[in-house]
Amino acid sequence: MTKRHFSSIVLALVLLLGSIQVAAAEGGELPSAGTNLRDQASLQRGAKLFFNYCVGCHSLKYMRYSRMAKDLGLSEQEVMQNLDFTGSKFNDPVISHMPEASASKWFGKAPPDLSLEVRARTADWVYGYLNSFYLDPSRPVGWNNTVFPNASMPFPLWELQGMQTAVKKPGSDEVEKLELSKPGKLTPAQYQQATRDLTNFLEYVSEPAAMQRERYGIWVLLFLAVYTLLAYMLKKEYWKDVHE
Amino acid sequence: MANVFTRMGDWVIERSPGMLPMYRKHMTEYYAPKNFNLWYYFGSLAMLVLVNQIVTGIFLTMNYNPSAAGAFDSVEYIMRDVEWGWLIRYMHSTGASLFFVVVFLHMFRGMMYGSFKKPRELVWLLGMLIYLALMAEAFMGYVLPWGNMSFWGAKVIISLFGTIPVIGSTLVQWIMGDYLPADATLNRFFALHVIALPLVLLLLVVLHLAALHEVGSNNPDGVEIKKGPKGNRWDALKPADGIPFHPYYTVKDLFGVGVFLMVAAFIIFFAPMLGGWFLEHDNFIRANNLVTPALIKPVWYFTPFYAIVRMFPAMLGTAVWGVLAMFGSLAVLVALPWLDVGTVKSIRYRGTGYKVATGLFVLAFFGLGAVGTDLTAELIPKLFGHVDVTFWENLFGRSMTAIYFGYFVFLWLYTHLGWEKTKPVPERVTTHD
Repeated sequence: MTKRHFSSIVLALVLLLGSIQVAAAEGGELPSAGTNLRDQASLQRGAKLFFNYCVGCHSLKYMRYSRMAKDLGLSEQEVMQNLDFTGSKFNDPVISHMPEASASKWFGKAPPDLSLEVRARTADWVYGYLNSFYLDPSRPVGWNNTVFPNASMPFPLWELQGMQTAVKKPGSDEVEKLELSKPGKLTPAQYQQATRDLTNFLEYVSEPAAMQRERYGIWVLLFLAVYTLLAYMLKKEYWKDVHE
Repeated sequence: MANVFTRMGDWVIERSPGMLPMYRKHMTEYYAPKNFNLWYYFGSLAMLVLVNQIVTGIFLTMNYNPSAAGAFDSVEYIMRDVEWGWLIRYMHSTGASLFFVVVFLHMFRGMMYGSFKKPRELVWLLGMLIYLALMAEAFMGYVLPWGNMSFWGAKVIISLFGTIPVIGSTLVQWIMGDYLPADATLNRFFALHVIALPLVLLLLVVLHLAALHEVGSNNPDGVEIKKGPKGNRWDALKPADGIPFHPYYTVKDLFGVGVFLMVAAFIIFFAPMLGGWFLEHDNFIRANNLVTPALIKPVWYFTPFYAIVRMFPAMLGTAVWGVLAMFGSLAVLVALPWLDVGTVKSIRYRGTGYKVATGLFVLAFFGLGAVGTDLTAELIPKLFGHVDVTFWENLFGRSMTAIYFGYFVFLWLYTHLGWEKTKPVPERVTTHD
């Protein structure tokens, strides 16, 4: 490999990393979700929160209870007794029982399916959203959100977080920051951990394959590294009589 | 055992005597210049990706449902319920983007070393046809998952044809088979994506290679080894600076394949969305004609050309100018062999003007890409604070468009009027014995 080869490779990598960097910075002011799919306990806690607070309105229509049990290290019995409140069968997907027509009437918009929410929005967005509800009497359900302004969703986790109110910028309608005006059952740190778990669970749901692909990826890369080395040696051997 | 294989081989050759000469002509007795560098890996890599797209595509087709009602669900079915479906899909989606990476590098190699020049104009033309077919193939493939960006991307790109005066709106309806991208659109795009265009692509690749092997490969020095001294270790009548494609370049390409697959595998297994560049966030939302994504933009590999469309305002009551300019930006590439008629092929021995212009051209290509992906709209306020973003974006994008087209005008003047001061070209490749 000549010097010229090396510099073009470096240039290509810099360009690639540069563009990824810019893409990563797109989120702007969102806090980092800090999720970790390898943290099985966190995924299990997140699942519990989802099935206690969310499934009343939101489906995960691409997620089967059985697959979830396998990936989260839960038994069929644990899932059926503690998480499946809709009377679904073990191999069924997670479907909310809320009738869509009435939901549209109540909230102005049917609650969306959350199977792909993290892939569509990013984990940071979901985590930020769950931490940014505040009381707003001008909204039909009494809640507003700084990450998703004028969201039509009421805030089901309020008993955990408590109630936040918005501090407006002087002389403007822009929200400067949120203040916890009435504490909930959890401390702020505990609530952040709970929403991190919930986001983690939704991240898993949006791509169950993520649990496997990195594990396989290491072996594939190791194999390719050995292959490339052998191919390089083979090339050297064949080319030793060619003056380059 | 070896005996059995020899006899099987003899059996075939006896019945088809033309096969062995063909194999020799294209492999063991195809003499390629011995001084290929890093840039010469991308042709064989493009073939590798083509094979990958076809093989993974066949398996995706087995489980994909080409209907507006079922497409999005079937892609998630592939991602979750089909055994190894996620891997097949990521190989296909990553392959699509990497196809353009290697093809862009392959094309730029051809520009830099003058591989489009006489006697290889036909190789270049066939290559450009491959590139156009590839753009159509990629666009239609992008629509198939029926996400919201598929839908709106399809709507925007198809409506480009709507700017054509008089027949525009009828043409758009004819392409879509409906008033919006819908079931009919998805069905025909599926047919074109999995059958029609792959056949066209394969045929063109065969012709591209056949045309290349007639005239022989160019090289980084841009000298014709066929015009140099004759006689090498294998054949007294063949070019002295040529080596048999097989085994020399087949083993070399095996190494290139290894490096390339490591990059591909890293993306497939560790970052299949590549931060929203290879798979876009908005495409994980089902197609919805009532909800427009915050920002409609094509996938990254179309953005330099798409930016050109955006940089031309509507004039004289029609918006066709941007579309004409976009097709023009491809047409000038097709016409390159007749625009750049300098006799020196390789950038190594060309004039300073050529080197500077080519550098600017690369800059313009990336700059246009930045406009098309909306990076500029994001970066301008970050770098310059409160300014008129549209104004500065247009100024930047139009300058880049001017440089893009200016490059071809410059090359034409530079070579037709004899302004170029070239360096002496060596008689033989620089690494000859």
